[in-house]
Amino acid sequence: MALDATQSSASGTYGTPRWVLVASLIGLVFAALGVTVLIDPLGGTNLLASIYEMLGNSAGADLLRNGGGDQFIAKLLIAAIALLVGVGGIWLVFTGASSIVERFPPKLRDRVIPWVFIAPALLLLGVYLVYPAVATVVRSFVDDKGAFSLANWASLGKGEFLEILRNNVIWLVVATGGSVGLGLFVAALFDRIRRESLAKVFIFTPLAISLVGATVIWKFVYAVQPPGLPQFGLLNAIWTAFGNKPVAWATTFPINLPAEMLIMIWLQTGFAMVVLSAAIKGVSVEVLEAARLDGANERQIFFGIIVPLIRGSIVTVTTTIAIATLKIFDIVMSVSGGLNHDNVVAVRMFQEMFQFFNDGRAAALATILFIAVLPVMILNLRNFRRQAAM
Amino acid sequence: MAVSAKAVTGTRSRTRFWRAPLLESLPLRLSVLVICFLWTLPTAGLLITSFRNPELITKTGWWEGLLNAFQPNQWTLQNYANVLAGDNMATAFLNSLIVTIPSTVIPITIAAFAAYAFAWIPFPGRGILFIIVVALLVVPLQMALIPILKIYSGLSLYGTFLGIWLAHTAFGLPLAIFLLYNFMSQLPRDLFESAAIDGASAFQTFIRLVLPLSIPALGAFAIFQFLWVWNDLLVALVFLGPGKEVQVMPTALFNMIGPRGGAWHLLTAGAFLTMIVPLGVFLALQRAFVRGILAGSVK
Repeated sequence: MALDATQSSASGTYGTPRWVLVASLIGLVFAALGVTVLIDPLGGTNLLASIYEMLGNSAGADLLRNGGGDQFIAKLLIAAIALLVGVGGIWLVFTGASSIVERFPPKLRDRVIPWVFIAPALLLLGVYLVYPAVATVVRSFVDDKGAFSLANWASLGKGEFLEILRNNVIWLVVATGGSVGLGLFVAALFDRIRRESLAKVFIFTPLAISLVGATVIWKFVYAVQPPGLPQFGLLNAIWTAFGNKPVAWATTFPINLPAEMLIMIWLQTGFAMVVLSAAIKGVSVEVLEAARLDGANERQIFFGIIVPLIRGSIVTVTTTIAIATLKIFDIVMSVSGGLNHDNVVAVRMFQEMFQFFNDGRAAALATILFIAVLPVMILNLRNFRRQAAM
Repeated sequence: MAVSAKAVTGTRSRTRFWRAPLLESLPLRLSVLVICFLWTLPTAGLLITSFRNPELITKTGWWEGLLNAFQPNQWTLQNYANVLAGDNMATAFLNSLIVTIPSTVIPITIAAFAAYAFAWIPFPGRGILFIIVVALLVVPLQMALIPILKIYSGLSLYGTFLGIWLAHTAFGLPLAIFLLYNFMSQLPRDLFESAAIDGASAFQTFIRLVLPLSIPALGAFAIFQFLWVWNDLLVALVFLGPGKEVQVMPTALFNMIGPRGGAWHLLTAGAFLTMIVPLGVFLALQRAFVRGILAGSVK
C-alpha cells in the first residue's frame, strides 16, 4: 500500500517541525565528535584530563595522562558517551534524514523515503555480510600474492584437517540429535504434570548462560585430581567412589568429545523443549480424543500422532540447533583449544587467523561452514517464496 | 511464532484430557524431579564453590562443604572481591554494558525502519532485496571475519567499541528485519490508510503507530540479541581483541581459564559474575524471554 502523500500534504500537518531537523543536525555533529573520542583508545582518559584542566585540577589531569588517577571515572565517561552516541546517533540519523526528505517535492519525496528507511540496513548488510562472503570464497582460492591456487583447499585433505571435519560431523549428529531428542522427551514428559511451567524453568535457564560460562561450570564437574587426592569434581567423585581410577574427562580423547558435546546438549535442550512444548500444545484435542477412543495407547499416540503433527517444529528446531552446532567455537576453545584431537572448524579457523596467520586456509575453513548451511538457506528461501505466493 | 498463538487456545481442555491417566503417577513425578535436579546440579556446584574458602575448594567436594555449612571459615566473599579487582572483571562488566546496549538498540532501530519499508512502502526492487535478507539469515558469521578485520585495521576500527557495535548490528540485522517484517506485515491495512488520510508522513506513521504496536516483536528480538551479544566470545575476540581496556566479560573469563586452570575459587566467582546479568534478564522477563526464543528459532 502506498501512503497517499499528495493528498495528505494538502491537509497541512504533513512532515516534522523544522526544529526537529535543526536539533537532529546539531545532535549529529555532537555524535560525530563522540565517535572521534570512541575511536581513540585513550579517548576517555584524554577527555577527562582536559575536563580536569578546564576545572583547574591539573594534578589530576597529569595523573590521568600518566595512566593513573581516576581511570574508572574515565571509563564511566566513555560508557556515557558510548551509549549517547550509539543509541542516540542512530535515531538522529533517521530523524534528520527523514525531515530533510520530507521537504522535497511530494513526488520525489515518496520515491526517496523508502530508501532512507532501508539504506542503513542495506549498507551494513552489504559491507558486513554480502561483500565479505564473496571475498572469503575468493580468498580461499588464491594464494598470498593473489594468484589463483587450490593450495588452501588441498591442504585441508591432510590428516589433522580430516580429524577436524570428522569432529564437526560428530558434533552435528550427536549434539543436535541429543538436544532435539532430549528436548522432545522432556517436553512430552513435562506436559503431563501440574507444575509444568516451574519444571521447565530448570531446563531452560542454562540458555541464558554464555557458552564460556557453561564450559567453566562443566569443567568443574569434570575436574580431575591425581589418584589418592580428594576428587572435588563431581563426576570423578562419583566415578572413583565405585573403585575406578580418576579420568580426565575434558582432555582425554575420545571421552572428551562426548564431554564437550554434553555441555552443548545441556544448553540447547531447553531451547528444543520450549519450541516443541508449544507445538505439542498446538495439537488439537479432537485428534487425540479420537485416537484414544480407537484404543490407541500413550506411546502410539505420541509417536503415531503427536510427532508427525509437530514435524514442522521438529525440523525448525533441528536446523536451528544444527547451525549453532556447526559453528561451535566457545566450548572447544575454552576446554583446551582443540589440543586433544577434539578441534573443530570454527576454532581452527580462528587459530589459522591469529596463530598461524594463514588467511587463505582460514577462508577455506569458513567456506566449508558456508557450504554446509547452503541446504538450509535454500530451504528457507523456498519456504519464504511459498508463503509470499499465498 | 504461529505455534504460540495456537497453544494459548488449545492448552486447557486438551492437557487435562492428555494428562488424565498419568497425572498422579509417582514414577512420572519422580522422574521430573530427578531431571530438574540433574539439570541444576552443575550450576549449583559452581555457585556454592564460588563462596567457599579457597583452601577448602580443592580439598573437599562442594557437596561436603554443604554438609559442613555451619562450621567456621567455610564461606567467604573474598573470591568475588579478588576477581573483581585482580582479574579486570569490574572493567569487563562495564565494557560488556557498553558493547551490549548499543549492539541491541542500534540493530532494532535500523531493522524496524527497514522492516516497515519492506512491509508497507512499495519501491522498486523490494522483493529481491527482501529475498537477499532471507538468504543472509543463515550465513555463518565466520564468512565475515577475515575481510572485515582487514577493513578494520585499515580504518583503525580494530579494538574499538564503534567497530564491535557495527559488527554485532550487521550480524543481527537479517534476523531482526525478518522477524519485524513478519510482525509488521500483519498489522491491519486500515491503520495505514487512516494515518495517510490524517496527513501523517511515513516517518510519523512509523513513530506513532508502527513502533508502539510492534513492541511485542521488538521486545522479543531485543532479549534475544541482548543475550546473544552479552554471551558472545568469538566476535569480541576477533574485533575487540584481548586488550584489557576493552575486554568484555566472556573474554575476561576465557582469559582466566587459560593461564591458571587450577584457580577454581576465582574461576567460579568470575563465571558467576558473567552470568548475573543474563540470568537477571531471564528471571525478570521470563515470558518475553520464551517469546524471544520462539521467535529466534529461525536463526
